[in-house]
Amino acid sequence: MKKNEVDNKRRTLLKGALAVGMATALGGLLPSKAWAKKKVGMGFIYVGPRDDYGYNQSHYEGKSSLAKLDWVKAVDQENVPETIEVQKAMESMINLDGIQIVFPTSFGYFDPHILKIAPKYPDVMFLHCGGLWDAKKHPKNVGSYFGYIDEAVYVAGIVAGHMSKTGKLGFIAAMPIPQVLRNINNFTLAARSVNPKITTTVVFTGGWSLPVKEAEAANSLIDQGIDVLTCHVDSPKVVIETAEKRGIYSCGYHTNQAVLAPKGFLTGAQWNWSKVYQDYAEMISKGTKIPNLVRGGFKEGLVTSSPYGKVVSAKAKEQADKMRASFMNGSMVVYKGPIKDNTGRVVIAAGKEYKQTDIWLEGMDWLAEGVIGSTKG
Amino acid sequence: MMGRLFEPIVIPFAALLVALLLFGIFITAAGADALGVFESMYRGAFGTWFSWQNTLVRAAPLMLTALCTALPARIGLIIIGGEGAVVVGGMTAALTGIVLTHASPIIVLTAMAFMGMTTGGLWIAAISALRHYRGVNETISSLLLNYIAIAIMNFLVFGPLRDPETLNKPSTYHIGEANMLTEMGSTSIHWGFGLGVIACVALWVLMRHTPFGFAVDITGGNMRAAKLSGLPVARLMIITSLLAGAAAGLAGMIEVAAVHGRANSSLNANYGYEGILVAFIARHNPLAIIPVAILFGGIRASSGLLQRDHDLPDASSLVLQGIIFIVILASETLYGRFSWLRAKEKTV
Amino acid sequence: MNETEFSLLNILIAVIGGAIRVGTPFLFVSLGECLTERSGRINLGLEGTLMMGAMTGYGASYLSGSPWLGVMAAGMTGVILGGVHALLCQQQKVNDIAVGIALMLLGTGLAFFLGKPLIQPTAAHLPALHLGSWSDSPVIQAALDINVLFVMGALLAPAMAWFFRYSRWGLYVRTVGESADAARAMGLNVNRVRMYSTMAGGFLAGVGGSFLSLYYPGGWSEGLSSGQGLMAVALVIFARWNPVYCLYASLLFGAAATLGPTLQSIGMTWGYYLFHAAPYVLTLIIMITTSSSTRLLSGMPGQLSNVK
Repeated sequence: MKKNEVDNKRRTLLKGALAVGMATALGGLLPSKAWAKKKVGMGFIYVGPRDDYGYNQSHYEGKSSLAKLDWVKAVDQENVPETIEVQKAMESMINLDGIQIVFPTSFGYFDPHILKIAPKYPDVMFLHCGGLWDAKKHPKNVGSYFGYIDEAVYVAGIVAGHMSKTGKLGFIAAMPIPQVLRNINNFTLAARSVNPKITTTVVFTGGWSLPVKEAEAANSLIDQGIDVLTCHVDSPKVVIETAEKRGIYSCGYHTNQAVLAPKGFLTGAQWNWSKVYQDYAEMISKGTKIPNLVRGGFKEGLVTSSPYGKVVSAKAKEQADKMRASFMNGSMVVYKGPIKDNTGRVVIAAGKEYKQTDIWLEGMDWLAEGVIGSTKG
Repeated sequence: MMGRLFEPIVIPFAALLVALLLFGIFITAAGADALGVFESMYRGAFGTWFSWQNTLVRAAPLMLTALCTALPARIGLIIIGGEGAVVVGGMTAALTGIVLTHASPIIVLTAMAFMGMTTGGLWIAAISALRHYRGVNETISSLLLNYIAIAIMNFLVFGPLRDPETLNKPSTYHIGEANMLTEMGSTSIHWGFGLGVIACVALWVLMRHTPFGFAVDITGGNMRAAKLSGLPVARLMIITSLLAGAAAGLAGMIEVAAVHGRANSSLNANYGYEGILVAFIARHNPLAIIPVAILFGGIRASSGLLQRDHDLPDASSLVLQGIIFIVILASETLYGRFSWLRAKEKTV
Repeated sequence: MNETEFSLLNILIAVIGGAIRVGTPFLFVSLGECLTERSGRINLGLEGTLMMGAMTGYGASYLSGSPWLGVMAAGMTGVILGGVHALLCQQQKVNDIAVGIALMLLGTGLAFFLGKPLIQPTAAHLPALHLGSWSDSPVIQAALDINVLFVMGALLAPAMAWFFRYSRWGLYVRTVGESADAARAMGLNVNRVRMYSTMAGGFLAGVGGSFLSLYYPGGWSEGLSSGQGLMAVALVIFARWNPVYCLYASLLFGAAATLGPTLQSIGMTWGYYLFHAAPYVLTLIIMITTSSSTRLLSGMPGQLSNVK
């Protein structure tokens, strides 16, 4: 309690912020229904710069969409490393800004950082982007949300499969972790459903933001004859621009990169965090209980496809639209056996299928047949 | 007395004020409200007990990495390899913790600290040995070794030492919850801060009040004279670097034992590089490192508030650190120019 | 058989092209550092200069529409930062390595701070010379798209070597770098020579930065430099303070950085994390094998050994 007293005392010194400050600081102490009508304080934490044309920007755009709701106070902080810094950033938002709901958006923020801070602030909700929350293991005021962006990657793969002439696709990836491998596999499986001869060559750069390596990887892939390039790094800008410069097709990731490649852009997989964040804001203002786990793909509106580029053929569009519709109505299952990995081992037997929500898929450590590359560093 | 203390206290404070003034001008030019920014900085760094804890916990690794630059600098070596020593120290500490995970926590922690300090120490000692026996420039070799340490860690964490349970952030296995370093009393400051203060004080005593420290300072002042007077220069250099690297290795061990519980790429969090700054601003005095590290911890702690309340980018704290560093360096030249004060004192 | 030979040739050409693209910023920064170090000072702050150059170059090109104005703006930023370095270092008791670290921090911080509005827009890029237009192979064409800046840098390297050896100003720089006392005896103003050398070195580093943002990889972002500015200091030692060797060393470092992705793109995937460390390990080994405790590294300016 002492913490809040001191906090309030300091606040009286602040011009203007007085009323809001008192209300939000007290808000944290009262049961949820009492602060339903008050200002909702939401805090966002990004691991990189807000405007990276990629992952962090997608969240920043989501946060910015809250500006039109005048009963929401949204604050954010960029470049917060996955160290004790993020623990303190969360606490600082709670203690100094009266934030009641925190959104740490980087994967590495969850364990141990959120798990350590959350029990100290039982009236604050911690919603982590990444979908790791487990009712059995984790505190009640922690939750997670994540989008099945691999659905949108699959649709991009369909387009890529139609548009590739050489039958060689390129994928520039940061590191061989499950989220990334799943995107590579979806992209490849989709393209091979169009043309079974297609291969995807993967280059791992070893880091989330290494523009020179990404450009070099793009150039060497293009030298090897690939004609559609996509990526999973924090900021796809360099990859998309290099593809455009070399005159090949590209598929975007994280945000809409169409403007970077007016000639060769096909489509892309995008997050739609605005929806998630606005939904959460509504829930808090109405005082409804916030679900601990929010996930979804196209159907739930968490991910979208970037608008098709000019060059995309009518047939490719038609197939891609159809695929998106099957994801929407839930009839599409990507991981349906038989599926082999790229060493020839059968990873999913015939007749077996793993639905989108299956937790098994989140530990993916293999590359599908048709991918040229290795998961071993 | 007054004259002796005048310079080391007044000059840094005046420099700090000048730096804050320059920063104020800069952010005013960038369109921010400078007074409001300073208010927020104070509030975020020292304004409440929460802010104080936030500041102190950030100062903890900086004290130890600063020692990694400060001690060798006293003997005349400019080493910027703290980052690498943190990484290798954290790596071996984590491995020790994993191997011993079922032993009693006190044994695990002691062994982890010992291993972290030993590897960190050898890492930096190798640099000064190369300097002494092969004439390899220690600044450059320590820089190169940072990159090498990080590459080795990534290789191990992604490959042979990876806990397959750590899906999207590859890490080693956990050292065990029971073996984690706890927080000091009822605060939220982990024991790393206490260890940092103890290390700074102990090394200050060693450097300022023992024959060893005296020999180090003589060597740093004039290596040739030290050699001629029969001091064991090589041994002094290597022992100093061993201690320096041990401090940084301990910082790595603390990161693992107090924060992450595992070793992973978060060990490479630039504490080593920030420590260089702290060391130079503290003029390589282990005792002065404590307040300087707290000041820098405070700058980092208030960075979030500047972003949230004033819409300033994260880089503003880099700019502020850069300005402080430059002004403090420029103020170095003022030392010794106030000797008239001392002269006056004598005549009184 | 014939086909594989051809693809090996393609890979080789692609690596050379990559070495030139990746190596150009190394070349400019290392030439700048070489000039500064020959005058007897180390400027560790060129990493900050590189970032400031990249940011101002991009900004100037975006505002004016002319990438060459961007290059000039980047160079001038480097001159200013070099001037600050020299001004601080010539004060008594001020350590040049510490000043370098301070400027690295300040330059990077300022570049990030002021560069925020430049991340999104697209500025005019520098043009390339299409030296590969004789070939039908798109690989060769792409590899031989060589930027004018590289050509300038490649010409500058021997020119700088000539400058050191035969010109009067080159002699001044060398003398100041070898022995400040001797230079004073010759009536030279040591501080002024070092100031000019550091400013000119800053100019080159700034230009190297503009290459990053205006040509390759292109665009302004906070992760643009992966430590090229810092590595250049090691590279100069690697090149024994010889500008022509700086050219070779830059290409070698560029090739080392490009080899990893190239090998992966043809299906060789082992150990890329260790591969990242290759240039650093190589430099360290060369430093260890060529240094000696009893004599100065050949080519090393005498005053540098006094750096404490």
